[in-house]
Amino acid sequence: MDKDYQRAVYAYRRSPDQDCAVPVRRPVVVVGAGPVGLATAIDLAQQDIPVVLLDDDCTLSTGSRAICFAKRTLEIMDRLGCGERAVAKGVSWNVGKIFFREQMVYEFNLLPEAGHRRPAFINLQQYYVEGYLFDRATDLQLIDVRWKNKVTGLTQNDHGVELSIDTPDGEYRLQCDYLVAADGSRSPVRNFCGLESKGQTFRDRFLIADVKMKAAFPSERWFWFDPPFHPNQSVLLHRQPDNVWRIDFQLGWDADPVAERQPEKVIPRIKALLGEDAEFELEWVSVYTFSCLRMEEFRHGRIFFAGDSAHGVSPFGARGANSGMQDAENLAWKLKLVIDGKAPDALLDTYGQEREYAADENLLNSTRATDFITPKSEASRTFRDATLRLSKNYEFARRLVNSGRLSRPATLVNSSLNTLDQDAFDGPMVPGAPVEDAPVALDGKACWLVPLTGNVFTGLYYHDAGRMADGTLKGLRAMMNDPLPVKPLVVTPPGFVPAKLAGLTVIQDSGGLLAQRYDMQPGTFYLVRPDQHVCARWRTFNLASVREALLRATQNPSDTTSTLARATCAA
Amino acid sequence: MCSLTLNTAANIAAPDDFYERLIDMHRDLSPTQSNTANAALILLLANHIGNLDVLAQAMEIARDDAMQVA
Repeated sequence: MDKDYQRAVYAYRRSPDQDCAVPVRRPVVVVGAGPVGLATAIDLAQQDIPVVLLDDDCTLSTGSRAICFAKRTLEIMDRLGCGERAVAKGVSWNVGKIFFREQMVYEFNLLPEAGHRRPAFINLQQYYVEGYLFDRATDLQLIDVRWKNKVTGLTQNDHGVELSIDTPDGEYRLQCDYLVAADGSRSPVRNFCGLESKGQTFRDRFLIADVKMKAAFPSERWFWFDPPFHPNQSVLLHRQPDNVWRIDFQLGWDADPVAERQPEKVIPRIKALLGEDAEFELEWVSVYTFSCLRMEEFRHGRIFFAGDSAHGVSPFGARGANSGMQDAENLAWKLKLVIDGKAPDALLDTYGQEREYAADENLLNSTRATDFITPKSEASRTFRDATLRLSKNYEFARRLVNSGRLSRPATLVNSSLNTLDQDAFDGPMVPGAPVEDAPVALDGKACWLVPLTGNVFTGLYYHDAGRMADGTLKGLRAMMNDPLPVKPLVVTPPGFVPAKLAGLTVIQDSGGLLAQRYDMQPGTFYLVRPDQHVCARWRTFNLASVREALLRATQNPSDTTSTLARATCAA
Repeated sequence: MCSLTLNTAANIAAPDDFYERLIDMHRDLSPTQSNTANAALILLLANHIGNLDVLAQAMEIARDDAMQVA
């Protein structure tokens, strides 16, 4: 039996920090115990950074919010130690159907590509995701969760941030070196900083109804444009665990948000969709509007904005929570290295650069979907309808239909942390790309590539025959003990068992998919960041080049004024 | 991707035949139906052309022309 995370109430506990006359100073404070704040806290605590996590409430998410979690999010949750629970509980789906007026125009199958540990998407209520993250967070001694701690003000100088926090026992002050604001779209921290998230609010309203159905209904995504049961608007039906179906009805701007929430208005809409005789219970009803907006900069001194506080997108494409999780993973390793004195402050600027770029990509995709779903002009509607009609018989038009382009992680092609390719490579694993999974074997046991990477820099070296050159062997071993250590993984083709390579981890590319996806050849070396993104690759292994790329990926100067560069090059 | 130039030189072998067909496509259609037919035609032809540079040049000329209409 699952825990009822929606009804769980967490106790406020007085912290000893509240009794100190002088504000206590903590390395990192995270505001907001939603998925993004929890993920940030877990990621840091797993790397030995203590975190205070503040939340103004004492419950996790309730109701129907994010429901569609992408493969990248599941991989991040795997690294954070709770991916398996999410996948076990979630509903996997592959088939989508598109309806226009009274008929289905086409059906698509996401046809999951073999050789990935995690599916492209699962549907799962946000409260489960938060619950699993929270359970994991409570296992970590270094996370100090403080419920009913509401930030009421803050000041910032060059050395840190001081927060005023209201609690049931009154106010106290707390200082920190770094503050992560994962406090949602209305972000109080953002307001205290006098900052705004700007963009476009769409003049449209949507009704969300979560219904529990008794009868079986397929695990498919159904999207209707202008259906007879809800003319001139769109409707989306999506399955979640526990026999709960999420239905989104577009209502238009003139709809009354209060009246539309009433069961006597909602139930007839659902019956029009499911049929008069359908048996269901209403689990949740709400009416929402949405905006596409973002802050100009996600970093403000020692304050970092992550998730909805930094950017907002339309729900079409599941790019809200999924992109927030990528914010968290992008920030955590950078904070870790800077706090440990292994990278300069400039590394933290790249959090903003990389995630602002990703936010723009998400905003572009979600705005385009919104414009297709809700045409803003007569001409736009004419083209939309013509596209839908043609899609019934013509394959090209199906590619134009846009009911949401589902979340994919950004490939950070222009990141200053990348080392540009000097050698020729094919395929998608360019510097900046999140690593693709592949089935591998470790000590004869089947496992997956992605979970073998992450948390630290990882090097993938492809070795296919004979004896490994002494220089390479020595270099791969040396990297492990550098000030910025790199964990080497020697990848071998199926069937090839190399001579014992003491001290090195050897993985077998069981199905040959790794070599294919990474365009590996004998001698190829990939350098992978702690957040599982490629940052450099070469056709031949050269320790000096790897170290230089490593300095770049951490924004350390490569000249000898840097102690780290000196230590690295002397090692 | 190499950028291509929109061909604005005469390229239709039998221009009068084409024009007749185009007008004929709209025969007995209501204004709404005509708009629909035009949209479908544009989408089909755009897909046939495929190249976004070429399409963008055509769209620019079409928009400039439309702006001159009161």
